[in-house]
Amino acid sequence: MELTKEEQEALNGEMGETLQTAYRILLATGEATNAEKLIPIKWAHLSGVNYNTIGDSGEEFLRELSNDARVKVKATVNPMGIDFDHISEFEHIDDEFIKKQASIRDSYTRMGVEPTFSCTPYDIFDLPEKDTQVAFAESNAAIFANSLGGLKTNKESAFSALSSAITGKSPYSDLRKDEITIPMTIRMKMDNPNELDFGMLGFFAGKVGDTSVNISGVSQPNRRSCKALCGGMGTSGTCAKFQFIDTEDDKSEKIDFGKEEMNEVYDELNTAEKGDLITLGSPQLGLEEISDLSKRLTGKSFQKRCMIFCSRAVQEQARNLNYTNEIERAGGEILSDCCTCLTPLIDTNETDAVTTNSIKGAYYLKNSTGVDVNLKPLSKIIEDETK
Amino acid sequence: MNKVIVNGKVEGTVLKTENPINFLGAVDKKTGMIHDKKYDIFEKSIKDIVLVFPHGIGSSVGAYTIYSLKSHQSAPLAMICQKADLTVASGCALANIPMIIISPEKFNSIQNGAKIEIDTNSTNLIN
Repeated sequence: MELTKEEQEALNGEMGETLQTAYRILLATGEATNAEKLIPIKWAHLSGVNYNTIGDSGEEFLRELSNDARVKVKATVNPMGIDFDHISEFEHIDDEFIKKQASIRDSYTRMGVEPTFSCTPYDIFDLPEKDTQVAFAESNAAIFANSLGGLKTNKESAFSALSSAITGKSPYSDLRKDEITIPMTIRMKMDNPNELDFGMLGFFAGKVGDTSVNISGVSQPNRRSCKALCGGMGTSGTCAKFQFIDTEDDKSEKIDFGKEEMNEVYDELNTAEKGDLITLGSPQLGLEEISDLSKRLTGKSFQKRCMIFCSRAVQEQARNLNYTNEIERAGGEILSDCCTCLTPLIDTNETDAVTTNSIKGAYYLKNSTGVDVNLKPLSKIIEDETK
Repeated sequence: MNKVIVNGKVEGTVLKTENPINFLGAVDKKTGMIHDKKYDIFEKSIKDIVLVFPHGIGSSVGAYTIYSLKSHQSAPLAMICQKADLTVASGCALANIPMIIISPEKFNSIQNGAKIEIDTNSTNLIN
């Protein structure tokens, strides 16, 4: 990869250790993706905020980095592990976690990021104009940005997006370019798919696809289903873009996603008949989904604990529009700044299995939190778990 | 086809998997143990070995897992992949773990348990 004189000087350490580290990471990711140069980006979305995911070494790294690192472009951040407003309601969370999580939060704000603590930045901000180069680390957000938002990003890593936030640059490679390659086509063979089916389609597509896939046989899914597709896809592979197509390209490799393929994904992730509690929101719910949930819960009450995750910004809008009243009356707990994935709010001493409609949530509940998962679409959760 | 992502010179024993690795979901960030049953290296540790795998998948936070492994002295000595992904490349760059990309033919020729030397300054890269 060719560097400008200034970039080379930064890499040599002439502009301090922080920029040297940032350019070292961009050089590695640039080489890895055969980039010929670095280009400016307008917005970086950072992952690596939850203490459960980055641990002590991550906390220390960010604390030291934040002494002099400052973001150069708009930067937003992923969820933390907990909602500080509700922490007293979760007695099993130890002081050490709270202290370390607060330190991570403070390191990011010291660097100048916007304290969004959300995996759905596309639900909070108006997106910049089409073809704008951004650097999104959160996998569902990168896929959403490329596929539905018209933006350009690779599936960035926590460190590559952080380096892009600090330098304002990313390697010019893969999905950032307009090169014409014909991606694999996934043929959706299931009729009337719900959001869980879209999550499974995404999980399957992520496994078989490369950097981009086409999807045929789908007509105008709603936003919930699109988010489920992005979440599932980001979990299982390297794929960072999809396109819904009406007409299949003759030259494209084609793979069916039918009953058999869907059952295989379901059996991999569904390991329990029922859950001890319910989680909704991975990715975090948007305003439209909160509004819909509020309508579905009219006159009903949850028969077990139900955690509902949305961003702080969405929660505030929902409160102003009174969407939260019906949800809270029904017993739903609305939590912000965190989400289903790797949250310590789920007490594994008291929880054997969790019911969710999220494929992304299911994967991390099973493999990282270490609980069993009961997968159901939202309509079925409300039918089975409320009275 | 062969490519150096992170420089270095190490000798070690190969642990090879045919499964792409989700570092956040499948690897214990302190011990390096694989705890996802779907992997052919389930319950094996990736500590102090030359890890040979197709490529990384899944969460972008896997880069922190790689950094954490290094901090806990549980990281692989080097990583060899068939395809580069940003999570593994950036994690190895920050943690200073030598990393190279090799051709599918070369990938297939590496045997599990073999002793190999990686030297990113030599023309062969692997001896």
